[in-house]
Amino acid sequence: MAELDYKIIVGLEIHVHLATRTKMFCGCELAYGDTANTHVCPVCIGMPGSLPVMNKTALEFSILTGLALNCQIASFTKWDRKSYYYPDLPKNYQISQYDLPFSEHGYIEIPVESGGTKKIRILRAHLEEDAGKNIHTLGNFSAVDLNRAGTPLLEIVTEPDMNSPEEVGALARELQRIVRFLGVSEADMQKGHMRFEPNVNLHITRNGEVFKTPISEVKNLNSFRAIERSIAYEVRRQLHEFKETGKTLQMGNKSTYGWDDNQQVTVLQREKEEAHDYRYFPDPDLVPVEVNDAWLGEIKSRLCELPIQMQLRFAKDYGLSDYDAGVLTADRATAEFFDTAVKFGADPKRICNLLTQTGLKLANEKGTTVDQLGITPENLAKLAQMTDAGDVSATAATTIFEEMAATGSDPMQIAEAKNLIQKSDVGQIEALVDAVLAENAEAVEDAKTNPKKAKKAMGFLTGQVIKKSKGQANPKIVSQLLNKKLK
Amino acid sequence: MATKIDEAQVRRVALLSRLELSDKEVAQFSTQLSNIVEYIEKLNELDMDNVEPLAHCLPIHNVLREDIPRPSLTNDQAMVNAPQRHDEYFKVPKILDDNSGA
Amino acid sequence: MDTAKQLRDKIAAGRMKSADAVKTVFDRIEKIDSTLGAFLSLYKNQAFEQAQVVDDKIAAGQPVGHLAGVPIAIKDNMCTTFGATTCASKILENFHAPYNAHVVEKLHEADAVIIGKCNLDEFAMGSSTENSGLKQTVNPWDTDRVPGGSSGGSAAAVAAGLCCGALGSDTGGSIRQPASFCGVVGLKPTYGRVSRYGLVAYGSSLDQIGPLTQDVTDAALLLNVIAGHDQRDSTSVPETIAPVKDYLAELETPVKGLKIATVPHLNQGADPSVQKAIQDALGVYKSLGAEIIEIDMPNFDYAISAYYVIATAEASSNLARFDGVHYGYRSQKANDYVEVYSKSRDEAFGTEVKRRIMLGTYALSSGYYDAYYLKALKVRNLIRSDFTKAFDQADCLMMPVSPTTAFKIGEKTDDPLQMYLADIYTIAVNLAGVPGISIPCGFDEKNLPIGLQILSGPFSEDKLLRIARMHEKQTDWHTRKPNF
Ligand SMILES: [Mg+2]
Ligand SMILES: [Zn+2]
Repeated sequence: MAELDYKIIVGLEIHVHLATRTKMFCGCELAYGDTANTHVCPVCIGMPGSLPVMNKTALEFSILTGLALNCQIASFTKWDRKSYYYPDLPKNYQISQYDLPFSEHGYIEIPVESGGTKKIRILRAHLEEDAGKNIHTLGNFSAVDLNRAGTPLLEIVTEPDMNSPEEVGALARELQRIVRFLGVSEADMQKGHMRFEPNVNLHITRNGEVFKTPISEVKNLNSFRAIERSIAYEVRRQLHEFKETGKTLQMGNKSTYGWDDNQQVTVLQREKEEAHDYRYFPDPDLVPVEVNDAWLGEIKSRLCELPIQMQLRFAKDYGLSDYDAGVLTADRATAEFFDTAVKFGADPKRICNLLTQTGLKLANEKGTTVDQLGITPENLAKLAQMTDAGDVSATAATTIFEEMAATGSDPMQIAEAKNLIQKSDVGQIEALVDAVLAENAEAVEDAKTNPKKAKKAMGFLTGQVIKKSKGQANPKIVSQLLNKKLK
Repeated sequence: MATKIDEAQVRRVALLSRLELSDKEVAQFSTQLSNIVEYIEKLNELDMDNVEPLAHCLPIHNVLREDIPRPSLTNDQAMVNAPQRHDEYFKVPKILDDNSGA
Repeated sequence: MDTAKQLRDKIAAGRMKSADAVKTVFDRIEKIDSTLGAFLSLYKNQAFEQAQVVDDKIAAGQPVGHLAGVPIAIKDNMCTTFGATTCASKILENFHAPYNAHVVEKLHEADAVIIGKCNLDEFAMGSSTENSGLKQTVNPWDTDRVPGGSSGGSAAAVAAGLCCGALGSDTGGSIRQPASFCGVVGLKPTYGRVSRYGLVAYGSSLDQIGPLTQDVTDAALLLNVIAGHDQRDSTSVPETIAPVKDYLAELETPVKGLKIATVPHLNQGADPSVQKAIQDALGVYKSLGAEIIEIDMPNFDYAISAYYVIATAEASSNLARFDGVHYGYRSQKANDYVEVYSKSRDEAFGTEVKRRIMLGTYALSSGYYDAYYLKALKVRNLIRSDFTKAFDQADCLMMPVSPTTAFKIGEKTDDPLQMYLADIYTIAVNLAGVPGISIPCGFDEKNLPIGLQILSGPFSEDKLLRIARMHEKQTDWHTRKPNF
């Protein structure tokens, strides 16, 4: 394959479940994994005579997301019926948006290898209702569960701006982070909160001429890994196919593939998009929505700094590694807690370590977020300062952190109560040092004369001094004194 | 200009409508629908380049519901009309293709 | 047979028992409905229980609703938790709705007694009730003739005195035309005035529920009961935009300086006997000092084309849900899930329903949308402006309801287009969303009733009813009953 020079072209169609309490057009509560057909009503079963009424929160969540994706929000939007027959679609039409989506023409910034970001353009985002579920595993028949039917679903369509499996994975992760920051979706891929359908093909250059391979749409990807691997596989498959058959992109020869996670291969589901005729037309049961400036402004006010921007800022302004900045901005609570703590004037790196090493671990155990541990950002900053000043050792800091979480009290008080303050009084420590030197002639000798054993001896002597101080002598000062006296 | 709806077209539309028409019905509809559509094409006499389509006569917009749960049906209430059921599920013959569109 | 108003007042005053009224009605039903075929289902026991509840309330001196103890019938395309909701279709023959339509709740709140559900053209698609998939209803004035449609069962039941009043639904004339064929009053309110929640949809942007009654007063009374905003119907108009009025309050007050518009070239399309009856009615208004002006409705002639595109397009989508998967009829012959759809629908839908589903699907299908559906929506706009202009010049429009009186059963069934063309006077009203009423205004040489159609501006039902009442006070057409 190496001799062929090619470019990977990927666009995404993304479906995101909105974390509203109720469905899009009825009052049924959203629930995952509950008994089949127990969160249904005449509206979401599509019973005769039932009528849809739009969920305000679903629309506001959508607009909020549209804003975060830098989209233009339409001042006038409406709902259309998309007709196709399938048992998980009770009305046999889906209420969706066709020619007037609520938002268009945005972009999302994704982190790239080289550091920095890349803009992926967004064609449109519209709001629609999800279908139910067809289950094929109960016997030689299919079973229909409508609990999911009518769940508010945000469909986002990107331009084909991604050029590697990694970029697609990065976009998926970035979008997950964004909707979680905004609190509009739990965005759990295993639960199907987020569904990604890449459209993949290659632009192959052979002696100066560019050939486009047929587009494949890849379905049922339920993890970020699956997304990246399925695209990598498609690249290999399409290269191979091109070499074997020379097949190139014709009008409408887009095929649908499913990802087989066990075999790690894509499997052909549908050759060509067979002529779908969805017969879109405006839903006469719903009236249009007009978004005026006042309403839009109110929704804008709920926007927060986006994770990618926070990550870059943390790295740049606080001198954190990309990795640390990434960990801190994985969720909004941690990121904002960190940011506030830093403003109380302690070393960001130190606060970062306390949060990522102790804080996140503790929060996980308690199944909560760091801001809910009962520690104020101010006290966290204090603890960081104490550690930097050497008043407490790094190990002690962990103990204090946990105690702060348990009691909510001030780190200094805890440190004193628990005798974790390190002695830095040179006079006191010097006395101990002299005593130790006197008691350990042999080690002193090694340290002074025997280069082979010097290091070990120093360590031993330091340990002895700290032992004499019942662990309270500041190790820095101890070694300073020892070095001086053993010159 | 009369759009004759031939039997092939009737069958195409019947497929979209999920109606398994008999040959007799196909023939009958071909004639009747052709006549009706021919009549409907009176619409073409009008010049409407500057006319806005009117989907609704209503003086209202932004009819929105607060996101507050209301009681759902019980499974039995939901299934009481089901032609065929399996436990809590609606039952249909095995689905082999994937024509989901959402 | 008392009118609903008369009966309610007697019952409320304790001068009559609801139980007796209900008994009278059921005795008559048992005597003649086997011939008339107005009802698809009857709820005798439930009705007597409800009557008892009302009689007890009154005996106990408790306040009662505006239809206390009055026997009312409803068209069987309105959902009820009791009995089946069939739409006169085999596909819903055994469908039991888990909820009540908004209007059914309203009837209950008013202490009405719902005695049964009436026959209709399958899914309200038709003008003769001959398209019922379940039974034939005949016209009480001549049992060889149709009662009109699609609310034919409701109209026949009121005309034959099998109930005090009834509810129907009107998508292209389905209340007004059977009212005219059966010699009763039929009111189609402004679109959005009455909630459609629980009304099985035919053409969602056109459907509206309204009363069929013995006189104009009862129409006002029933509208008082069913009108009003309902948050379960996004197309139900809020009080803030169009407040519901007390339609009885000013009913007896004539409209001062009444100005009536007519459209001469339209009227000429009707039978001579119909034209004469309309002229006589206009004469009545003249004698009351009304001014009559002649106007043109240039786009009226395109209403049928636009209607049969819009209504069938919406219907093709509204009826997609009847697929034998979640409820309703399922074919025994289906071998795979696709055949569950195509065989169930082919076996259970009647020909007219299939025809309209086909027409609507065609109009929406790719390559035809702009040519038909989009054009139809534009014509709809033109027609609405025709009405707006008309109501700028006059208080109301008057014209026939139908070009003919009731026709013979089977007379038109094999020519659907001819059947559609007969809707010329009623259809434009639904496209424009304005209210319209049909009141008895005479009889033809065959002693078949003729209806006068009066139309007025959006949400002006109060004025519309007052105008209708002016004519009713001067004439006795509405008091004539079929000797059936
Ligand atoms: Mg979609
Ligand atoms: Zn529901």
